Formats: sequence, C-alpha cells, structure tokens
Amino acid sequence: MMFYAAAAVAVIATALVVTRSNAVHALLYLVVSFLAVAVMFFTLGAPLLAALEIVIYAGAVVVLFVFVVMMVDLRPERPRRSAWTIPRAWAGPAALSLILLGEFLAALTARAARRLGPGPVPPKAVGLSLFGTYLLGVELAAMLLLAAVVGAFHLGSRRQASHHRFFEEGPR
Amino acid sequence: MSAVPFEAVLAAAAILFALGLVGLLVRRNLLFVLMSLEIMVNAAGLAFVAAGARWGQPEGQVIFLFVLAVAAAEVSVGLALVLQVRRHFKTLDSDAAGTMKG
Repeated sequence: MMFYAAAAVAVIATALVVTRSNAVHALLYLVVSFLAVAVMFFTLGAPLLAALEIVIYAGAVVVLFVFVVMMVDLRPERPRRSAWTIPRAWAGPAALSLILLGEFLAALTARAARRLGPGPVPPKAVGLSLFGTYLLGVELAAMLLLAAVVGAFHLGSRRQASHHRFFEEGPR
Repeated sequence: MSAVPFEAVLAAAAILFALGLVGLLVRRNLLFVLMSLEIMVNAAGLAFVAAGARWGQPEGQVIFLFVLAVAAAEVSVGLALVLQVRRHFKTLDSDAAGTMKG
C-alpha cells in the first residue's frame, strides 16, 4: 500500500515537472519526485539506496540545478507555435504509443504476479558486494567522477569561453 | 514488502521513464531537458533495484550506485555546457543552439 501511494506521488510529481513553465516550480516537484522514489526504494527493501537517493539526487543534484537557475535568467518558455504543435500532428503518435504502453502493461500482468524477495537486502551485503566483486567498477566510477570534475571546470571557466571549437560561430 | 508484485515496480519505472522521455522531447529549455534526463536515469535505476529485490541479491543496488555516479557526472558536465550555451547564445532555448557549426 505504501509503495502504491509513493508510486502515485512520483508519477504525479514527475508529470508536473515536465509541464511547469517556471524552472523553480519544476525543481520543487523534482525534489518531491525523488523523495517519492526514495520511499519506493525503502518499501522495496533497499534502505541504503533510499538514503542515497535523498542525499545525492534530492540533495546534490537539485542543488546543482538551483545554482544554475540562480546564474541564468528565468524567462518563461515561449509556447511553440508551429505546424508541429497542432493536436492533429501529435495525436496519432501519442495514441499509438499509448497502445504500446497498454501492451507492455498487459504483458507484465499476463502471468501470475511474481513476488519480491523474502526480505530487505541489508546495506552490509551491498557494501561487501560493491567493494568485493565490483571493486574495479568502483575505481572506474571514481575515474569517471574525476573526469567529470575536470570537464565541468574546463567548460565552466570563463576565460576559455570562446576557445571551444564547438562554440565558434560562422562556417568553418 | 513482499506484498508488492514485481510487475507493479516495473510498470512504475516504465511510466516514470516515459514521462522523462516526453519531457526530453517536448521541452526546449535546456534546464528542463537535463531534468528529464535525470528522471529517465532514475527510472532505469528503479528497474535495477526492483530486479535486485526480486531475487534478493545486492547486485541491483550496486548497479544503482554506478548509475548514480554516472548521473552525477552527466549532470555536472551538462550544467556546465548549459552555462556555456547561455553565455554564448544568450538563451537557454535548445533551438538556438541548433545553429552551431560543430
């Protein structure tokens, strides 16, 4: 029951994220969505990931977004008025996609429901697996994060703003 | 917790992923595009965690930790790129960046 309530909150909050025109309002709903997913993790027996979801997603990632929102001006998006936005243009693909979603849900519910495992997976088991079997993956993730830090610093430094070849104007 | 069927979690993950994809396709503001990407990555991680919980193995959570690292790297570089685009094109509209001669 707790899971279904959290899933409903997550879906509604996510739908509101992609439909807001104000970025700050969307970020608030994004936090709600991440918190709801954290509750889903908790009910799925992953308490470590529930905590990490709150700390990293609802904390660090959203704080990054908030900093960028503070740096840029927030003009509401102009509604796109073109031949692509009339309902006749997108109603067909949307209806066909809904049929596919219905087929997916029907395929999921065709067989008898499979229950989840007997109990929660404790953080100790996760840690032993992470730093035992998947130690190489942890080191690769560390390299990736280092590369991301260097890349973000390079792209974010103001001095080299025009030196990047992707951002040079005019025909080349 | 065992009252939740595996299929319900997969369906929730699929719906969240689809919502993120819709946001990615219909929004022009680059900030919203990045938010939609985060939603999609999060939904994929939810499917991993569901699979880990289905068989009671820690691997699902381990993979989600890797997904978390990749998402953190992606959003930091992506936001730096957004700032570059903002600085260069004076807008966050993704259509404006279509004039890049990369």
